[in-house]
Amino acid sequence: MDIFLQQIINGLVQGSIYALVALGYTMVYGIMGLINFAHGEVVMIGTLVTISVAGFLIKAGMPVMFAGLAGLTVSVLVCMALGWGLERVAYRPLRNAPRLTPLITAIGMSIVLQNVAMIIWGRNYLTFPALLPSVAFEFAGAHFTAVQVIIVLVSALTMLALLFLIYRTRLGMAMRATSQNPAVASLMGVNINRVIAAAFIIGSALGALAGVMVGTYYEIAHYQMGFMLGLKAFTAAVLGGIGNLAGAMLGGILLGLIEALGAGYIGDLTGGFLGSHYQDIFAFLVLIVVLMFKPSGLFGEKTGDRA
Amino acid sequence: MSKWLNPRSAFGLTLIIVALLALPFVAALGGQAWVRILNFAILYVFLALGLNIVVGFAGLLDLGYIAFYAVGAYTYALLASPHFGLHWPFWVILPCGAAIACFFGVILGSPTLKLRGDYLAIVTLGFGEIVRIFMNNLNAPINITNGAQGITLIDPVAIGDLRFSTTTHILGVSLSGPQKYYYLLLALAILVIVINLRLQNSRIGRAWQAIREDEIAAKAVGINTRNLKLLAFAMGASFGGVAGGVFSAMQGFVSPESFSLIESIMILAMVVLGGMGHIPGVILGAVLLSILPEALRYGVGPIQMAVFGKMLVDPESLRMLIFGLALVLVMRFKPAGLWPSPERKRAAPAAGASHG
Repeated sequence: MDIFLQQIINGLVQGSIYALVALGYTMVYGIMGLINFAHGEVVMIGTLVTISVAGFLIKAGMPVMFAGLAGLTVSVLVCMALGWGLERVAYRPLRNAPRLTPLITAIGMSIVLQNVAMIIWGRNYLTFPALLPSVAFEFAGAHFTAVQVIIVLVSALTMLALLFLIYRTRLGMAMRATSQNPAVASLMGVNINRVIAAAFIIGSALGALAGVMVGTYYEIAHYQMGFMLGLKAFTAAVLGGIGNLAGAMLGGILLGLIEALGAGYIGDLTGGFLGSHYQDIFAFLVLIVVLMFKPSGLFGEKTGDRA
Repeated sequence: MSKWLNPRSAFGLTLIIVALLALPFVAALGGQAWVRILNFAILYVFLALGLNIVVGFAGLLDLGYIAFYAVGAYTYALLASPHFGLHWPFWVILPCGAAIACFFGVILGSPTLKLRGDYLAIVTLGFGEIVRIFMNNLNAPINITNGAQGITLIDPVAIGDLRFSTTTHILGVSLSGPQKYYYLLLALAILVIVINLRLQNSRIGRAWQAIREDEIAAKAVGINTRNLKLLAFAMGASFGGVAGGVFSAMQGFVSPESFSLIESIMILAMVVLGGMGHIPGVILGAVLLSILPEALRYGVGPIQMAVFGKMLVDPESLRMLIFGLALVLVMRFKPAGLWPSPERKRAAPAAGASHG
């Protein structure tokens, strides 16, 4: 039982990180029907920028908390600029190109960003500075830390704020209109270019936040960390129904839970035949099974065959 | 077929054949490493044309294509290495590899027939990852794939006494191992090109095209979309399987590392960058994208030394950086690919009108 609770906690933490990253994918997809393959790399840049900024400030004698906040702010700003730049350079010129073309530029940008990061930060694993005090709690036999609590709380608050932005502000309305029908939205006076740029910028800001969370949680970072994280988050977005905000959030958390429980129980379930290194298979297996029965994800709108 | 018989194209064809036959000897002047690079270029042509059937002809976005390559490679590795003590000849294994990969293609295809566009992409991607994870971990409790260490000492291709691993002398010409593989690969590549060309305008090829352009309309005119999509997956997969087998024999070593997602993505990039669905374009894309990183490997370091007098940036990351930029720039200025098919060019403005 305590393993169960423990894995639920771990899954929730991992899941809220997935959810934040998945939102970046789903916002862009919802508005322009594009898989932004470079989003994982934006998250990676967010983590590495925080390491540099916070590390520098701590060395300069600043209090750790403050250095962490400064690092977070800088990395959010850098990633917003990066997201905006990505859209301008790699996607906007291709808006009327064949469907697979932006996918290839996305892959190209992802390769570019990874290698730029490698040139700047080197090939080695970097240690993420401990920004939060390491306080541990115990509840019904399960252990968790202040870091885990803060990750879950912050991501929940961020998601609420995002929902507010999308459903209660003019920009949000413009975004929803664009995702339904860009041509009509632009006839109604929505500036499509601005809306798309906003989706990239907001998504990248969420990605940077997620990047900082990954860093504080695992205390380690690497120029290749964005790839698998992005892949999982994208899986989460598809699981929830890509293009759907609530779907991305729930898909992320669901994926985190499935992975954690899978890793915890796979050995028992298969009589020791499959070990916990099959953890990554769960994400994809669940995805395939869900899509077999619900071809547009758990919460995706039925796209119909006319498209 | 009559256009092949007119003297001008016959002359051109002869020229191409002579050039292709002489190529490994020219490349060998720069060292056997260049022959190996050529071999990989042809292998990628093979793979890209296999994927082109799925993505280019039938319009099914497959991001897990490397899984079939992996299946073929492991089939060869397991049946011709000391790992299980089996040493089957390659002409038995290659069809086996193709059949097993084909089976996997149907396994992947059948549950995903209902999915459209990007949902299909992510499921195929997941399938590719599942295959790789299994290969990485199937060393316990029964050691099947030898895990992350991979399988070594795989038998090279041998035809009778002609072993492809060593240099042989025929009629006063010495043929190195990689050069022999070059001719084997070239023969296989020509076979796959012919199959592709014949498929393209066949009844099946036209049906695929119809599915790609509009699945509902295709169904309405009586095309069995389910079987044809499965056929596309199966055919693409068996090409991948054959390529994997040759790869295994050529390298003498396979490990799960060679079959990561980035490889699938690279092959897709070759298809799209060259010109999706257009055979000469796909060949061009595959040759360019497989040679470019290698050429950069040799170019980037020395040029940096010459210009700045020292290594400013790690040449390995610089070459990948240039490679990534090249992908972005080519797509930016040639959105339909470097050598798109003529029909596609005409239809391009209408294609972007709707998405989803």
